Amino acid sequence: MTSPLLFVALLMLLLLAGVWTVMTLNLLKSAIGLAITSVLLTLLLFLLDAPLAGVFELSVCAGLITVVFISAISLTKPLTGPEASERDRSRVKRFFFLPILIAGAAWVLYALGLRLDSPLPPAIAEMDVRQVLWNVRRLDLVGQILIILAGVFGVVILFKDRSDKKEAPKS
Amino acid sequence: MPALLILIPLLAILALNLPWKSLMNRLAFWVGLALCLVQTGLALQPQSRFWHSPSLWLGNLLLFEPSVDHLSLVMFLAIGIVGAVTLFVCRYSTACAGNRFMVINVLILALTGMNGVVLANDLFSLYVFLEITAVASYILIAFEKGRDAFEGAFKYLILSAVATVMILAALALLMLTAGDLSFAAIQAAIASSPHSRVVLAAIALLMVGLFIKGGLVPFHGWLPDAYSAAPAAASVLLAGIVTKTTGIYTLIRLVTSVIGYNDTLQTLLLFVGAASMLIGALAALGQSDFKRMLAYSSISQVGYMVLGLGAGTVLGMVGAIFHLFNHAIFKSLLFVNAAAVEQQSGTRDMNRMGGLAEKMPVTGWTSVVAFLSTAGIPPLAGFWSKLIIIVALWEAGYTTYAALAVLASLLTLAYFLSMQRRVFFGKLAAGFESLKEGNLWILVPACVLALITIGIGVGIPWLFETFMLPIRSLL
Repeated sequence: MTSPLLFVALLMLLLLAGVWTVMTLNLLKSAIGLAITSVLLTLLLFLLDAPLAGVFELSVCAGLITVVFISAISLTKPLTGPEASERDRSRVKRFFFLPILIAGAAWVLYALGLRLDSPLPPAIAEMDVRQVLWNVRRLDLVGQILIILAGVFGVVILFKDRSDKKEAPKS
Repeated sequence: MPALLILIPLLAILALNLPWKSLMNRLAFWVGLALCLVQTGLALQPQSRFWHSPSLWLGNLLLFEPSVDHLSLVMFLAIGIVGAVTLFVCRYSTACAGNRFMVINVLILALTGMNGVVLANDLFSLYVFLEITAVASYILIAFEKGRDAFEGAFKYLILSAVATVMILAALALLMLTAGDLSFAAIQAAIASSPHSRVVLAAIALLMVGLFIKGGLVPFHGWLPDAYSAAPAAASVLLAGIVTKTTGIYTLIRLVTSVIGYNDTLQTLLLFVGAASMLIGALAALGQSDFKRMLAYSSISQVGYMVLGLGAGTVLGMVGAIFHLFNHAIFKSLLFVNAAAVEQQSGTRDMNRMGGLAEKMPVTGWTSVVAFLSTAGIPPLAGFWSKLIIIVALWEAGYTTYAALAVLASLLTLAYFLSMQRRVFFGKLAAGFESLKEGNLWILVPACVLALITIGIGVGIPWLFETFMLPIRSLL
């Protein structure tokens, strides 16, 4: 049986990685922070006996999304030194409440004394994921197609003019 | 067959993106309009076989046969009408055919998402379709790519993401309790353990998430920026139906069909409703941007709906749903008027305008119909829905809230009178001598919406009998 201390340690690391992802100024470090957060979440999912969710988290969130983010970041121009230090100061001011908020939320959850360790009903726990996706939640798959279509239209609409402008000759 | 309301628009989008680009560019508007008008026509026939007969082949394909009640029909009707109006406004305000084509595709996606929200009988499916509507809305708000548009879209995105996290967390907690996310299973689980802390935490998270989606006070920060920065067509869609479906309809559906009433929930709904109604109205008084004023007015009107729901009676719920429908019509009309004024005059600053009704008589007079309805002046549609809400509050013993609703109606009258004086009436402002009325693409929807507003007011007995009274079966 996994020690509760390991869960606590992983959760603390997860929170630290999440806060660092939001607080850090450097976009590349932020993307790496997000990947680390996903890896830690993957570990938790494996420990909680949800290997399939873990695999999805690792391959999509830690892998694919990080690659997309880093590709996009490589197309941007980094801030100069003075700009970066100014941004750094304002960012710390803007997000100083974040750790306090997390601590507050943790205290509220602790005070509520929620018992979340009840086992799932056997009918749900024993269901195969393929069966759930294709035989139970087929409507949600249609929803997923619609979300993907919305994403595609979003990229085309929001990035179309930029490439046009880039190609236009300078006056 | 109601599941066709999800599948047909999806197939339409796929068909529109086939290789014949110039043909599809021309067809997109008419395909979108046909979808909206067919939906509107079907919703006007509650006894139609479409709503009640199962579709065997579709049932096998989607494994989904939803049951449709009168609340769903009212929503389909509102979605169909506002969707058609949005297409007209898009045709009027988006000059580039290529851009218009893309926007129409996203509009159809948003309409499909809202249809899915109305049809869902399972919390996870509801969440999926809420997200489809939200993603389409972010794109529509940011479509013109100005700084304000990006800021509005970003604020909506961030707050909507917070709402999403809360709704997902609530879903996880309810799944732990009920073992299933269908409305029936959750209702049974809540009924069997109403004082479970896990259930109470889930309901609290769900409520806050929906308050954010609906733009209710104190979670309304994103709404004025999103509504005012969005392009004309997106403003009509967002203000007319999107936030009403994702926030208010969902709230009504979950309270009536899943969570059920209790004293704490009623107190919360009444308090949030009254705060939204008054703060929205007071904030609207101080605005000089036409669309921003309308956005605050929306917050105030949504407050009425939540107040009606909070009354906890059949009459209150009927009033809330009736006001939701009326609001979809008259607020769409006001945003159509705002689109015409902005496009023709090039500004939204009410302090720079004046006497525009002289040059834009149709826009001016249809806006009078909309504002009188919003302020609850008889015999227009808004009067009846506000009256029902106030009577329901009074009958339920919430006399203070009923008095506050009357007070907010007076505030509504005050800020709309101020708007009319500053924008449409009085002496024509300098620089607008050569101003012209908008073309038919904007005048037709304005006239149709004005006629619906008057028609509902006059035909209230038929409407109440056909659509509103059957809703009582929900409670």
